[in-house]
Amino acid sequence: MQKPPESPHTTPHIIVKDLTMAYGTNVIQRDLSFTVNKGDVFIIMGGSGCGKSTLMRHLTGLQRPAKGKVFYDSTTSFWDMTEDEQARFMRRFGILYQSGALWSSMTLAENIALVIEQYTDLNAAQIREIASLKLALVGLAGFEDYYPSEISGGMKKRAGLARAMALDPEILFFDEPSAGLDPISARLLDDLILELRDSLGATIVVVTHELASIFAIANNSVFLDAESKTMIATGDPRRLLAECGNRTVHAFLTRGEPSAAGIDAPHSDPCFFA
Amino acid sequence: MDSIAAQDQNKSALNFSRPSEGLLFLHLSGNWKLDRALPSAEEFQKESDKGPPVTQVAFDAEHLGEWDSGLLTFIIKITNLCAQKNITINNDGLPQGARRLLKLAFTVPERKGADTKTVRPSIIFRTGDVTLNFWHSILETLNFLGETSCAFMKMFTGKAQFRASDLLSAIEECGVKALPIVSLISILVGLILAFVGSIQLRMFGAQIYIADLVGIAMARAMGAIMAGIIMAGRTGASYAARIGTMQVNEEIDALRTAGISPMEFLVLPRILALALMMPLLALYADLMGILGGMLVGVAGFDISLREYYNETKTALTLTNIGIGVFSAFIFGILIALSGCLRGMQCGRSASAVGDATTSAVVTGIVSIIVATAIITVLCNTLGI
Repeated sequence: MQKPPESPHTTPHIIVKDLTMAYGTNVIQRDLSFTVNKGDVFIIMGGSGCGKSTLMRHLTGLQRPAKGKVFYDSTTSFWDMTEDEQARFMRRFGILYQSGALWSSMTLAENIALVIEQYTDLNAAQIREIASLKLALVGLAGFEDYYPSEISGGMKKRAGLARAMALDPEILFFDEPSAGLDPISARLLDDLILELRDSLGATIVVVTHELASIFAIANNSVFLDAESKTMIATGDPRRLLAECGNRTVHAFLTRGEPSAAGIDAPHSDPCFFA
Repeated sequence: MDSIAAQDQNKSALNFSRPSEGLLFLHLSGNWKLDRALPSAEEFQKESDKGPPVTQVAFDAEHLGEWDSGLLTFIIKITNLCAQKNITINNDGLPQGARRLLKLAFTVPERKGADTKTVRPSIIFRTGDVTLNFWHSILETLNFLGETSCAFMKMFTGKAQFRASDLLSAIEECGVKALPIVSLISILVGLILAFVGSIQLRMFGAQIYIADLVGIAMARAMGAIMAGIIMAGRTGASYAARIGTMQVNEEIDALRTAGISPMEFLVLPRILALALMMPLLALYADLMGILGGMLVGVAGFDISLREYYNETKTALTLTNIGIGVFSAFIFGILIALSGCLRGMQCGRSASAVGDATTSAVVTGIVSIIVATAIITVLCNTLGI
């Protein structure tokens, strides 16, 4: 096991063991096993339709695995816990959904307030202050009383991020954060993600296929393959680019350009570097 | 080939020539665009079948005008036909753009298994599938009812979480805002009942009993049923669409992961609002229906206002009204349940929201009628 270069910690935060995901009898991915360490920026990547978002639903406790276990720095698998324990763990997650998923009947401030109300006994004025702070952190100061339908797609995403950060989560999940954003906003979001990792000390899990982001922020990853329905690579994406000879992974990371990184004979063996 | 050059430049045409043994030349001319009739690949098939066997096909596009996907689909058909017959095909004569698009179309081989959907499963398979789906939907419904009951239990112990403002806006939505349409429909139902009844009653000179007929019918059943049907179409559908859209936008997931139960936060206030408002709406519908009957009685059958009023008052009993109000309460719960159930079951696409809405209205109306039947039979048996 080699240490990923940027990771300051190597305490496991999320451990996935032999996870098989399925809708009914339709298996999406099987036998996934990987570890996300504390403080990692962990990327879930792979081609379209390979089950990246489904994997995220499994990691955030929204969907029960067909087989296998998920541990969050605990000795009990998430799905073997009682509902109260599960709720306690889920409180530590912050999730940014693909579309933002803001509650459309509430203003931005109310969206954030609802999450805070859920877990604290603060009064309305204090909650409002926190909501304003979170909005300011994502560059939306002054938008407290706007409804989600009144702001642009990029702003919705940032507001979603403000809501995800409402409770200073330990694990932040991002589902395609830069999809639908212009390059500069996407870059700013990447910076924000790294900033969050450093300032909150949060572990960050990102579903994306944006190569620029992947190389800019990640220090660990898992690569899902739609054809073989399992993972075919893990590790730092930069190391995967340099050393992984798997055909699919290599084509993905180089955008299908001819072997630039010195891989001579692409093969179909998986490469697990983490 | 002089004949080709002589042809109208704009009309697409396909001609054949055989310059050498086994070689078939396809001369394409004119504009090959989708918006006009194009030569079909069958012409090629006929041509290649007659005469000496063809081993090679080539194209001449010198007189080809403008072209679009119409040309490409034609060439693809020819290519597939040639592949079946082991004829080599030479694309060099085609315009460069077309050659590149064709190359693009043939680079990724057709995905294996992508075609198999067209195979119809056997009747036994389908019967089993339908049965299993039916069984699943029963389980889902029971599950939903259970969760709703739990949410209500929590509400009674004061632990359920929903916002008072949500409840109030739901009440406004299914209460005050429904009044105009309920007024209109109820007055009309009252009118219809009075007219239909009067035809029979006039034969006995008993027009005054129009008041009894309309009053009892509205109070005991029609008021609640009409209000119920209106609310199923109006509010039940809106619940399903609203919750279904939230499902599509991942808003429900966001609630769950924030530790908020969608059953308590979304379903509970909606059921509560309809259950509270439906009895009031039914009473209001009774009143409007009686008003409609009164219009017919007073204007059409020379019954004075006071007579009509007194007759209605003696005919109506609290039992009648009570049954109507009770039914309305039950209808309210049923409509809200079916709306919320379909919304929560909604898939993640725009068409799924449409299906959920339709299904919510159908389930709502069917359950209203079934409930009416049950209540009527019960009242009869119990002698109420």
